Amino acid sequence: MVDRPTTRRALLARGAAAFATLGLAGCENVTDIPLAKRILGGVGGLNRRVQEAILGQEQLAQEYELGDVSTSFYANGSTDPDDKHYKAMAAKGFDSYKLVVDGLVEHPYELTLAELRAMPARTQITRHDCVEGWSCIGQWTGTPLQGVLDRAGVKPTARYVVFHCFDTMDDGDPSGPTPFYGSIDLLAARHPQTILAYDKGGKPLEVKYGAPLRLRVERQLGYKMTKYIRRIQLMEDFKDIGQGKGGYWEDSGYQWYAGI
Amino acid sequence: MSSAETELDDPVVANDDAVPKGKEQRLVTLLKRHSVVVRVTHWITVLCLTMLLMSGLQIFNARPQLDFGIKTDFDHPPVAIDSDKVDGRARGYVRIGEHRFDTTGVLGLSTFEGKPAERAFPSWATLPGEQDLGTGRAIHFVFAWLFVANGLVYLVWGFATRHFRRDFLPSRTQWRHIGGEILDHARLRFPQGEKARQYNAIQKITYFSVVFVLLPLLVVAGWTMSPGLDAAFPFLLHVFGGRQTARSVHFLAAFGVVLFVVVHVALVLLSGLFNNMRSMVTGWYDIGQERGTHG
Repeated sequence: MVDRPTTRRALLARGAAAFATLGLAGCENVTDIPLAKRILGGVGGLNRRVQEAILGQEQLAQEYELGDVSTSFYANGSTDPDDKHYKAMAAKGFDSYKLVVDGLVEHPYELTLAELRAMPARTQITRHDCVEGWSCIGQWTGTPLQGVLDRAGVKPTARYVVFHCFDTMDDGDPSGPTPFYGSIDLLAARHPQTILAYDKGGKPLEVKYGAPLRLRVERQLGYKMTKYIRRIQLMEDFKDIGQGKGGYWEDSGYQWYAGI
Repeated sequence: MSSAETELDDPVVANDDAVPKGKEQRLVTLLKRHSVVVRVTHWITVLCLTMLLMSGLQIFNARPQLDFGIKTDFDHPPVAIDSDKVDGRARGYVRIGEHRFDTTGVLGLSTFEGKPAERAFPSWATLPGEQDLGTGRAIHFVFAWLFVANGLVYLVWGFATRHFRRDFLPSRTQWRHIGGEILDHARLRFPQGEKARQYNAIQKITYFSVVFVLLPLLVVAGWTMSPGLDAAFPFLLHVFGGRQTARSVHFLAAFGVVLFVVVHVALVLLSGLFNNMRSMVTGWYDIGQERGTHG
């Protein structure tokens, strides 16, 4: 076979043109193309399936020493909820706080902070990884979520644990501030390091860290760890809450699965 | 795969009548340099690395600083890109340790849609152009998966066909003459004729390092930023000495790749753009004639 540059030149030019188009498409609003939207929206599901195939229930996130704890643990997202009911409760040391556990459970119930503190406790010094890229190390004490769920009796149809929060996000929505919520699946919910934390560094949570109760899901990023929890709802799916993506941050464009 | 598809195959000699008349006729010695697997995976890699770099800079912009160790130092990061006001005028800067470099217009402070924007990397370097971490991450993951899948095809093929052993490991003769080869490279004298039948030692060492050191380091450092993968493979954190070190290694390795690409493209241009592009698109490479004495 004899090759002649001229016969290849046209091919080369076509190839270069096709490649340039691809490159340009990447820089323009390719995210508006339905297929691109589907691919970009679906990749979080691929991350989830692969990580869940790798991760068993027993693997723990690394735990650290007291000396590793960050001196100034960055507080992100809501740091001071504006809700009147919340402010009134906070002013009285959350004496009137009650956590609601309901949804697809056999026995919906409520828990005061004292009752939560009387339940089995776990203290862990873990790394908080933010989606933005930073990491802080903190010591958290709380009760494993698994125990709270077991006490309610999770119905077999339940797939997700949805956390409704006191805080709202004022993102310029004309219908008013958006209530904050988040969700995890039962696999994450039943992990031994998944706790409803009420203490940080051995002291009750400060408001900026989510007082009186916040979630720790140590094998995922910080945006899954809802603060200011008021209600835990077991659900089959979360499509009817918010914009249906499973959380405030997910509705704003973050992937639902945050193991990476 | 036909024999013509194998790497660095026997040359085909032809009189090049494609050269415009009036120019001196010269002998063209074509050989099949790149197999179809190399060519296809090469261009997919180009696409992936471009997308990964630009979406990676979008992700970096969410926390434009580099740290080392297990946690972030918010007050005194070792490396930071930021902006502030100097004599009442907004300035963008990069700070490395105690050294501050004014980078106004590009890093720290640039223009986006006609307005000054306080962002680490400018909008023309990020995907998407506006600040959008969620979409940036989605793009990064899509092309990370494609990059890894494409890389696996290439690696499996490369080992199975002994491409790496044949083309990435310098021969004993090449090692012996490496000094002269470095000098030739520095003078931009590229091998012709018989010597161009195989990669030269510098090419072999470079491609080996990029394929087996730099890119794997980049990928594994990326995995180490995942809290899920850290739980599955705790040694990742120990290898790097913490998630923040892994993040910095990921960033620096990405710039190692950028540096490689800059040199790679420069050498492609200097050693004959048409011939090189032809070989990476069609496979056919002209080794030319043995050069006599230089000058």
